[in-house]
Amino acid sequence: MTPLRKAVGSLVAPLVAVVAAMLITSVVVALSGSSPMEFWQIIFEPPADRVYVNIVNQSSMIFLSALAAAIGFRMNLFNIGVEGQYQMASYVSAVVVGAAFVPGPLNVVLGLVVAVVTGALWAGIAGVLKVTRGVSEVISTIMLNAIAGTLVGYFMSTYGIRTGNARQTATIPESSRVPGFTPFLERDGAIWSLVLIAVLAGIAFSFVLNRTRFGFDLRATGMSETAAVASGVKVSRMIVISMLISGGIAGLIWMPAFFGSAYSYGTAYQAGLGFTGIAVALLGRNRPLGIMFGALLFAFLNEQSNRLTLNSDISQNVVLITQGVIVLAVVVAYEVVRRRQAAAEQRAVTQKLQAEPRGSGTGPSDTTEVKA
Amino acid sequence: MSQTATSTGTPGAAPQEPRAARFSYFWLLLALGAIVTVSAVRLITGQDQLDSSGSLRAAILATCPILMAAIGGMWSERAGVVNIGLEGQMILGTWGAAYFTYYYGPWVGILGAALMGAVGGALHALATVTFGVDHIVSGVAVNIIGLGAAAFLAEAYFTGLPGGGPRQLSGLDRPLSITVPGLADGAESLSDKGWFFVSDVASLVSALSTNLSILTVLVFALVGVSGWVLWRTSFGLRLRSCGENPQASESLGVNVILYKWIAVVVSGALAGVGGGFLALVASSGFVTGQTGGRGYIGLAAMIFGNWRPGGILAGSLMFGYTDSLPLRSADTIHALLLLVAIGLFALAIWRFTRKQTRQAIVFGVIGLLFLVWFLTTDQVPREFTGMTPYIATLLVLAFSAQRLRMPKADGQVYRKGSAG
Repeated sequence: MTPLRKAVGSLVAPLVAVVAAMLITSVVVALSGSSPMEFWQIIFEPPADRVYVNIVNQSSMIFLSALAAAIGFRMNLFNIGVEGQYQMASYVSAVVVGAAFVPGPLNVVLGLVVAVVTGALWAGIAGVLKVTRGVSEVISTIMLNAIAGTLVGYFMSTYGIRTGNARQTATIPESSRVPGFTPFLERDGAIWSLVLIAVLAGIAFSFVLNRTRFGFDLRATGMSETAAVASGVKVSRMIVISMLISGGIAGLIWMPAFFGSAYSYGTAYQAGLGFTGIAVALLGRNRPLGIMFGALLFAFLNEQSNRLTLNSDISQNVVLITQGVIVLAVVVAYEVVRRRQAAAEQRAVTQKLQAEPRGSGTGPSDTTEVKA
Repeated sequence: MSQTATSTGTPGAAPQEPRAARFSYFWLLLALGAIVTVSAVRLITGQDQLDSSGSLRAAILATCPILMAAIGGMWSERAGVVNIGLEGQMILGTWGAAYFTYYYGPWVGILGAALMGAVGGALHALATVTFGVDHIVSGVAVNIIGLGAAAFLAEAYFTGLPGGGPRQLSGLDRPLSITVPGLADGAESLSDKGWFFVSDVASLVSALSTNLSILTVLVFALVGVSGWVLWRTSFGLRLRSCGENPQASESLGVNVILYKWIAVVVSGALAGVGGGFLALVASSGFVTGQTGGRGYIGLAAMIFGNWRPGGILAGSLMFGYTDSLPLRSADTIHALLLLVAIGLFALAIWRFTRKQTRQAIVFGVIGLLFLVWFLTTDQVPREFTGMTPYIATLLVLAFSAQRLRMPKADGQVYRKGSAG
């Protein structure tokens, strides 16, 4: 299998998935008595300046969330708990930053550190339970999601500051806010400066996974745990560390929005990014570049679907179906492509073997396999 | 290691002794003991709401959706397919129940709920069984699709209907409810007396004989039917064999792919019925996002119940009870602490008699903590009971993971012809 054919194979899958998702969405829209043409026209209309800003901001958070999920996925660890981890982290960080223990920019750093540590600890519970008690991380992180939601709800209703009907944490001081950058007019909003966190995290992710011993061990564990163990990888240590890293990245998810525009944990908190992140990680094959495109696609669909409410009678929830179908279709397509590639490789090997004289023994067959 | 039920009998006992009879005797004693304990706690704390007929009725209503999701999960996982998509299938069920009840009445509504859930199950089966996608991955996608589809369909079909809106549909016909004449009133008045034991049994009788929805009966019947089909028929044996060792089943001529498909579709249908129960019986109509994570609680109940109907029933009842109690009285939750403490002590003693000293000590210490908590405080935050199912499941998984045994090939991708 040449590298080119491999690259084409991995591009075909997402394309097929997007086309399939578009078809199915069109059918759903048509079945509900609306015009699919109208729907796609609205979605693909060039975005307004304000929407561009939102897409960048939103995709940075989706990207971080997907990165958090991806690091686990790369070693077959299913961290379904990104949702709970960033909720805990966002709340605790908001409380600490709101209390303003340290002045100005130092407070921002403190807030980020607290978020990372909280997220890591919350995810670490699942990691430790898996390693010491053999509890499946899928189940424990789902449980921890629910516990996080309830705990934060309890703390908010007990210690939160009442504003009208809602409650929130203390608003952070002016000096600890991180201003954004306005590419268009003032009213079109600003791109949060902390969007850079997402970029840095993506680069770090790529470096650690591809250029370090740890990254190699992690990928090896994901591909074949037995082989990794045989080559001296301590799998249980890897599990705990990856869960901690995954939770740490998850802790950062809401930080750009928090320091850039929300300034307190309350109604401005954006829930649900954890599950979107899982979907985007799958879509992007757990690689930073793929995840980036996935995050932009999802943010684009989310933002453009807001237009549906104004300009048509189509529910904007339809893009949830589109997103779900994209994910399902893409994983199916990857699996089909993988199976076909495996079959093709096997065929190639068999052909080479048959082409050679029978008596040549087992030795030379090794070299043919390498060539194939 | 864990001892299975079959090996607990004394060696001298005649093997012909009907196992079912011994079991029901054990459960009967356990139920009696539980009622006595609850009754004692009620009298000590003075919290009549602990097991008033109203509380029990609410608990049963809260139990049914969880129970259906859990039994659905059991079907799927017994055939070796992990179904994280229960939540999405349940959400589809709430919409199906509302739509079909509105146009065709509650009976068709229940079928509609099952149908929509089954569609969600079929989606999961297509991805996992036919295409060999990872089960967790597919389940996450099914949840996203279920959530989106129900919200979209509600907006498309319920907007403008009388009692309907883009996010809800109320005023639906309810399935028939039955009240046993005579028995219901008598039990109710007896339960109001507050007598030891008698009133507690009367509350239970009253809860079961007053305004009992047919759908509730159906839900409990489905548990029995599921248990019977999976453990007492050859169909069930084959289905479970697909979850234990699909290669072996294949070599014996079982159509593994077909059995897995059936199991996952049934799983979705049952979760859908659970969603339908939420929309038709437990509340007064369809609302978007009505399930509130009950699919996940169902998953927890299934694990808690060790992938078996009896355990799942116990787990669902416990989760349903703790789910419904905060809505009724905050002080009652405080009384619950004492009940939990006593339960943990009982568990500790039971473990001690089995010479599992370490576990006995762990349970004893936790029980002691609960007792201290009970004695030193007056109130427990409402939110804390909401966490009960999740924390209980985590604790059960952490402390008795050895006693739990999931199907051996659960979650593994199976490919036809892999038996070689």
